Amino acid sequence: MNPLSIAGKTFASRLFLGTGKFGNLAQMSAAIRESGSGLVTMALKRLSISTASEDDFLQALNLPGVDLLPNTSGARNAAEAVLAAQLAREALETNWVKLEIHPDPRYLLPDPIETLKATEALSKLGFVVMPYIHADPVLCKRLEDAGTAVVMPLGAPIGSNKGLRTLDFLEIIIEQSKVPVVVDAGIGAPSDAAKAMEIGADAVLVNTAIAVAKDPIGMSEAFKEAVIAGRKAFESGLGATYSGAIASSPLTSFLLD
Amino acid sequence: MQSFHPAFSQYDWQEISARIEAATPMAVQQALSKRKKSLDDFLVLLAPAAQAFLEPMAQLAQQLTQKRFGKTIQMYAPMYLSNECQNICTYCGFSLDNKIKRKTLNSVEIMQEAMALKSMGIDHILLVSGEANKTVGVDYFLKAIRLLRPHFAHISIEVQPLATEEYIQLQQVGVHSILVYQETYHREVYRQYHPKGKKSNFDFRLETPDRIGAAGLHKIGMGVLLGLEDWRVDSFFNALHIDYLQRTYWQTKYSVSFPRLRPAEGIIAPNFIMEDRDLLQLICAYRIWNEDLELSISTRESEQFRNHIIPIGVTSMSAASKTNPGGYTVDPASLEQFETSDERSMETIKAIIRKAGYDPVMKDWDTIF
Repeated sequence: MNPLSIAGKTFASRLFLGTGKFGNLAQMSAAIRESGSGLVTMALKRLSISTASEDDFLQALNLPGVDLLPNTSGARNAAEAVLAAQLAREALETNWVKLEIHPDPRYLLPDPIETLKATEALSKLGFVVMPYIHADPVLCKRLEDAGTAVVMPLGAPIGSNKGLRTLDFLEIIIEQSKVPVVVDAGIGAPSDAAKAMEIGADAVLVNTAIAVAKDPIGMSEAFKEAVIAGRKAFESGLGATYSGAIASSPLTSFLLD
Repeated sequence: MQSFHPAFSQYDWQEISARIEAATPMAVQQALSKRKKSLDDFLVLLAPAAQAFLEPMAQLAQQLTQKRFGKTIQMYAPMYLSNECQNICTYCGFSLDNKIKRKTLNSVEIMQEAMALKSMGIDHILLVSGEANKTVGVDYFLKAIRLLRPHFAHISIEVQPLATEEYIQLQQVGVHSILVYQETYHREVYRQYHPKGKKSNFDFRLETPDRIGAAGLHKIGMGVLLGLEDWRVDSFFNALHIDYLQRTYWQTKYSVSFPRLRPAEGIIAPNFIMEDRDLLQLICAYRIWNEDLELSISTRESEQFRNHIIPIGVTSMSAASKTNPGGYTVDPASLEQFETSDERSMETIKAIIRKAGYDPVMKDWDTIF
């Protein structure tokens, strides 16, 4: 399997994890270890920045080979997100940020306009920006121009476990993208993750489906294997599927006459 | 300004009451099997007919809550700033006609209480007061919040209804959420319970969430005082109010609290008794109707009820609360608003939450937002 590279950094695993919703921190740490993931995201708002060295949450995420990806969850506009990213950079000593701007607290749908603005501002400030967005192919190209490191289109509303409802648009994004495409949000089952990898996504980010499973550690392993299987299938060249039978007297047979 | 009035006036208390009573087990089953639940479904889930479905309702509520909020419970504690009050509310310990010495915390005392809460690990606080606009008005609140802001990640307040401009000021100094309960949506009954003071104006209170929404606060806390009137009908109206608010102020989050009347100094017994199974039904109905609502349970409830409600539908809990100004350290003997029921320590409650397989979250907000 080819490794994934984002902003010059190489990841052996193409599975990224979210850290919310776990029943306890030990379970969260164990699930992350089991997943083999090298990048996990956590909300800045959950952290006690001033006492970062004593923060239980951060302690639990202090795992070998696992990089932290702070996210701006809670921000309702570009200005708040930029401020959150700057604080995270200071506290966690990372210039990576998962940009989440959702002014809508119900479905947590991302604001495309504020996200584009924040991506422009943050990439100028030297951040590796990973924006959570709608599966909007045009927005993805605009974000590339703005200096984004990856694009993170959603498969379905966040936390919904509904799978790849945006499949047609994800395929267009993957076809057109010059930056890695990470499918974020909505991935409810390992088969959804495998499907995303089969269509050529560079990685997937999973949280709810693992955190809320009866056995988060077992589910983490299931996702790990699904992501590997899907990626291998993609790299091996999946056979094309045909929707209909091939006619026995093709229209072009006259050429042979 | 937009107003809840037109939507509210389309509904009649008696008619809603009759519809709730008339709901059939078949209607409950249908409501439970729908993919998207409407207010009509909520009404059915409140019905006596739904009591037979309490177990499947609790199972569904658990699934929906875990999907949206995970296995986490947000912890908070109230800080009572003042028990001065110019209103007569016949169920409340702070009522004006209750001739007991009053207390309002000064700046030094506010900080002493704050440090006591900090030492318990509290990072989300709820500031509470009676209604005494001259001494405990918006200027007092602004001053208190400026003092507390550097020490807490998340500040909510539950005080008298204010004007839109005042809510904007509170938001600017760092208030994240505002709680205001209608107490009851029954206009005549409201008048009987609130005979005197600014609070006796039903309509001004009814439009308060509109003013909070217009001011752009992050969250509005809603609720009725369970025990004043028929909880089923009152809760329907509360949901109607939330439904209107969610459509109108779509950037705002909503939370619901379930204050059941508790004994307090000088008050009379509640008119309507709400049993534990009723409260459980109500919590499940809210969750099944609306997956995004934050649902909060305070120390008004018993240890037994709080222990068991953790994995069903609530998303936030207070612990070790004092309902009197200075109650944590400054003046433990001052007049309290009501007697709490669950007096266990923060550490004990956290241990119980963990034992239920949930993570007690102390901080999930930041002063930068």
